[in-house]
Amino acid sequence: MTEERRIKVLVCKPGLDGHDRGVKIIARALRDSGMEVIYTGLHQTPDDIVNTVIQEDPDAVMLSILSGSHKALCPIIMQKLKEHDIDDVLIAVGGIIPDEDKPFLEKHGLSGFHGPGTELKTIVEFVKNNLKR
Amino acid sequence: MTEIDKIKQEKEEWEKNCLREKAQQERQKSFRSLSDIEIKRLYTPNDIKDLNYGSDLGFPGQYPFTRGPYPNMYRGQLWTMRQFAGLGTAEQTNQRYKFLLRHGQTGLSVAFSLHTIYGYEADDDKALGEIGKEGVSIDTLKDMETLFDGIDLSKISTSMTINAPAAILLAMYIVTAEKQGHSPEQLRGTIQNDILKEYIAQKSWIFPPEPSMRLIVDTIEYCTKFVPQWYTISISGYHIREAGSTAVQELAFTLADGFAYVEAAMERGLDVDSFAPRLSFFFNSHNNFFEEVCKYRAARRIWAKKMKNKYSAKKTESMRLRFHTQTAGVSLTAQEPENNIVRVTLQGLAAVLGGTQSLHTNSFDEALCLPTEKAVRIALRTQQVIAHESGVTDTVDPLAGSYYVEWLTNKMEEESEAYFEKIEELGGVIPAIKANFFQKEIANASYKYQKEVENKERIIVAVNEYKPREPCSIELLKIDEKVAEEQVEKLNKIKSERNNEKIKEILEKLKEAAKGTENLMPYIIDAVREYAAIGEIMETLKEVFGIYREDSIY
Repeated sequence: MTEERRIKVLVCKPGLDGHDRGVKIIARALRDSGMEVIYTGLHQTPDDIVNTVIQEDPDAVMLSILSGSHKALCPIIMQKLKEHDIDDVLIAVGGIIPDEDKPFLEKHGLSGFHGPGTELKTIVEFVKNNLKR
Repeated sequence: MTEIDKIKQEKEEWEKNCLREKAQQERQKSFRSLSDIEIKRLYTPNDIKDLNYGSDLGFPGQYPFTRGPYPNMYRGQLWTMRQFAGLGTAEQTNQRYKFLLRHGQTGLSVAFSLHTIYGYEADDDKALGEIGKEGVSIDTLKDMETLFDGIDLSKISTSMTINAPAAILLAMYIVTAEKQGHSPEQLRGTIQNDILKEYIAQKSWIFPPEPSMRLIVDTIEYCTKFVPQWYTISISGYHIREAGSTAVQELAFTLADGFAYVEAAMERGLDVDSFAPRLSFFFNSHNNFFEEVCKYRAARRIWAKKMKNKYSAKKTESMRLRFHTQTAGVSLTAQEPENNIVRVTLQGLAAVLGGTQSLHTNSFDEALCLPTEKAVRIALRTQQVIAHESGVTDTVDPLAGSYYVEWLTNKMEEESEAYFEKIEELGGVIPAIKANFFQKEIANASYKYQKEVENKERIIVAVNEYKPREPCSIELLKIDEKVAEEQVEKLNKIKSERNNEKIKEILEKLKEAAKGTENLMPYIIDAVREYAAIGEIMETLKEVFGIYREDSIY
């Protein structure tokens, strides 16, 4: 019997935002669902994140942003991933993401947009169902 | 038979004869506070039979201050209504302050942009996307002058939520006031300046703990001499709670931090009674009404006892805990945000019944954005309604003597004491931070809470029960991306106009002083007066102090 491969997720806090209550809960919930979780810790620059993606080769990257910097930071992260030919990784962003910003972020290849009050199982299912590999 | 024994016996009879099967049909198997304290069905004098009025409660304004820090409390003076505010540029925030003052706010509270909080200038790569989004963007004294333009700093008290670079922002405030023609002795206000809770919860640390503590003691020492009406630290449980702690953890960790500052200042050779009266506290007000009220009452009693017995304070002012409260941001929901007005009302009421000295009531839209003028006006009006219409301000500590309230106050004190022992065993607050003790406790508590919400063991209205059918839509405040450009332009202009040679000299002197043990405040004041930018000063100090890195545990 072949063992099912564990999904590997990189959970990140980009920018200066220190609100890490949500991201830590999500990291735990993903871990408890059986995934392999790497949490980057705080204050990650786009370069930090892309370097970790290159080193760890995760199936999904979950970005948590509550400070309003998502429109500035996400496109840079996506651009840098593209420069490294990384196109088979699910990149999701959540936190405080106003509805009107979602089309902009989708255009740059991001998805998810889970906000306050989202059930943890919704996020776990989202990762499982949206992997690109 | 004593009176207590009689009540005990009668209660047993009541349980047998009157309560009977009703007890089997309760809505929940057990009722637990947010700190997981099991709440009994009924409290009687038996639950507080050891309570000694004189030594445990006393009179307001007297040791141990359980009933309040001042004798007549709100009959004399209402709490300061102080809405935490900062958005976009200094010009925009100055307008917001004037709006709030026009609507009856009685103190100012500055929310700084993240880049200012971390000591980066607006043109730093690290500031990308963050400028003005979570608070007002401040780079140099020039911005500070604009922020308080037309506001008389000798008349108003100002609280500044700033930690790692607190000494710099305090210096800017002192010089701004000086330019308005006011001396430091006239200034009233608070800098948060509480680095310990940054490592524990809020995470806007820069330097390692030891040099951070040195900077804090520098500000205490400086203000004790030259800015005597200033509160030098606002020892904060707010962020510990927001990060996911329970009420008991908030209480215990915050007071433990407070004692650590007292010890650090005493190690410098300062007399405890010279600085302790200028320490203040900052607590959260969350949803469990009675637990919050009891938390504040317990905090006053614990602080008073420890300051008297452990630190041998002589002045009663050193034993008298005073605090600011902010309602719990984390309790605000994005679903049906208007309901948050009700949550904030209850939380604000708990703070007032707990005897707060100042209050920020959150705006209902803050789960989604910085507040609009309409939202912040309603939040301020909520305080005014509590103050003037509810009647709760007519008497001091109206909940005292309730069997439940006194029992729960005792319980919170007991559970805090257990935490103080644990922290002591770990070698004190800084070693406990380095061992990730607080961080793990908080992460565990917040995960447990989230699980309880998911399992509907705790109901959050319109989130996991009574869910809205229609998506809500409220007006959201947006920070214009142009703010970042404007801020960088302003910074460049200042840098081209100031005396760069002189700044270089001052920063060199600051660096040398940082290597020794001299108080750094005078050097920092010299630097900001010449319009040295926040990042330049912080980088100078980083060269000597280094930077902190935390373990990324979850």
